[in-house]
Amino acid sequence: MSSDKQPESKLELSGVKKTFGSNKVLQGIDLAIPKGKSLVVIGGSGTGKSVMLKCVLGLITPDEGSIKVDGKETVSIDAKERDKLMRKFGMLFQGGALFDSMSIWENVAFGLIQGRGMDRKDAKGIALEKIKAVGLREEVAKLYPAELSGGMQKRVSLARAIAANPEIIFFDEPTTGLDPIMADVINELISSTVRQMGATALSITHDMASARKIADEVAMIYQGQIIWRGPVDDLDDSGNEYVEQFIHGRAEGPITDDAKSLRHAA
Amino acid sequence: MSTETKEHPIADHIVHDTKSAVDYVLDACAAIGHTIMHLFQSIGALSIFIGRSITHVFLPPFFPRLIGRQIIDIGYYSLPVVGMTALFTGMVLALQSYTGFTRFNAESAVAAVVVLSMTRELAPVLAGLMVAGRVGASMAAEIGTMRVTEQIDALTTLSVNPFKYLIAPRIIAGTLMLPLLVLIGDIVGVFGGYVVSIYNLGFSPGSYLSQSWDILERIDVLSGLFKAAAFGFIVAVMGCYHGFHSKRGAQGVGAATTYAVVSSSILILIANYILTQVFFS
Ligand SMILES: Nc1ncnc2c1ncn2[C@@H]1O[C@H](COP(=O)(O)OP(=O)(O)OP(=O)(O)O)[C@@H](O)[C@H]1O
Ligand SMILES: [Mg+2]
Repeated sequence: MSSDKQPESKLELSGVKKTFGSNKVLQGIDLAIPKGKSLVVIGGSGTGKSVMLKCVLGLITPDEGSIKVDGKETVSIDAKERDKLMRKFGMLFQGGALFDSMSIWENVAFGLIQGRGMDRKDAKGIALEKIKAVGLREEVAKLYPAELSGGMQKRVSLARAIAANPEIIFFDEPTTGLDPIMADVINELISSTVRQMGATALSITHDMASARKIADEVAMIYQGQIIWRGPVDDLDDSGNEYVEQFIHGRAEGPITDDAKSLRHAA
Repeated sequence: MSTETKEHPIADHIVHDTKSAVDYVLDACAAIGHTIMHLFQSIGALSIFIGRSITHVFLPPFFPRLIGRQIIDIGYYSLPVVGMTALFTGMVLALQSYTGFTRFNAESAVAAVVVLSMTRELAPVLAGLMVAGRVGASMAAEIGTMRVTEQIDALTTLSVNPFKYLIAPRIIAGTLMLPLLVLIGDIVGVFGGYVVSIYNLGFSPGSYLSQSWDILERIDVLSGLFKAAAFGFIVAVMGCYHGFHSKRGAQGVGAATTYAVVSSSILILIANYILTQVFFS
């Protein structure tokens, strides 16, 4: 109970499976993240990366497997426990998921006011701080999400995800749809905020530049399983042909071959 | 030879025909079975949804600001629609019953018909249907959009229960505001009948009003208001339910909106029959 053999895992998934109808999306995911580290999961479109995050967040219940946070099982906990657990989490959704009926600062302060019962004035102070921290001007605070550009919305989502200083932060494709410079700014923001807050981060991306910038470690998901994992510095000589193909974005390779043979089998 | 050649196609034809007949029957059975299973599944899902919603209506924390906003949205902004509906219905009732009753020299029953029809039936049902179209649709569209754009998931990750935050306020406001709308509708409807009777049909104001007042019993109004509360609940629940379970994409939200309006309208008519049976038999 006291000392583990490995550095203590903040988050640990083992054998997580999820099927939608006949679509076997997750087929036994095993993944552990040490406390304070940043893991980036790469993988093709539709391989179940977002579904994996939603399983961890309890938005989707996995069919099988275990998900442990701080060593405690979380898959079948009751609503009260789940509520407590959610306070450790911050999430940046792939589509932003900003509340369009609320102004920017209310979006950022939402979890503080409604989720934690903080005073509106105090929460607004923190929200403005976070809005500035992600490089937006204070005037933006009273606008509505629909009045911002996509990149600005991403920043606001980021500010909302980190507003309550979560212990574990999830980033679902933080840089898709942004120009390279804006993407780099977001990457900087992510790595600096994670470092400052000492948080553990699990990110998803198909943007290799982003992965290199924010990852301590990289894992690749393919056909519902983690097929490779290693430090970010090993990415270029992973010795795994799937990873090779993915990071170089080649059309020819084992991934394409598998897709072809699947199509033939069908 | 000739018989043989004739027999074959006939035999083929028969075999083919019986097979397809059986197939048709089986297909029909499968379709019916599927529909029935789907129906029970939906009823089960809806029951669980209603159970959870009601639990969250009564359990803290409450969101008074949101309840207030819904009260304004459902109550205040529906006033013109419900008022107009009630006004013209009352006016038509007076005209129609007058032309009918003059045949029996029973013109004095006009006031009674207007006031009883309005309070017992027409104000609650018409207001319910109007609000189903106006409010139920917008609830389904709003919540459906929030579902599709992951805003409901975002609520959960920010430690806010969507049942408490989105659904309970709408159910509370719907159930409370519809009786109020109907009470106003009752008054406006009777006024409509009064105006037509006095200025168009030549009744005397004093006797019309006293005829209305004398025939009216407390149960007539109260049953109508109770119905209204039930209809408000139905509209809010169906709007929220279909929005909450909206399929992905704009198409999903569109379908959710349609389902919300159609199902709440039908349920209102069914509930109206059942409640009338309970109150007046
Ligand atoms: N709620 C759901 N119901 C049914 N199927 C779903 C659901 N959510 C996801 N899926 C399916 O699961 C598969 C994986 O989806 P997911 O969103 O996790 O992909 P992804 O890896 O995040 O892809 P992308 O990089 O494009 O975001 C897809 O085939 C999708 O259709
Ligand atoms: Mg995704």
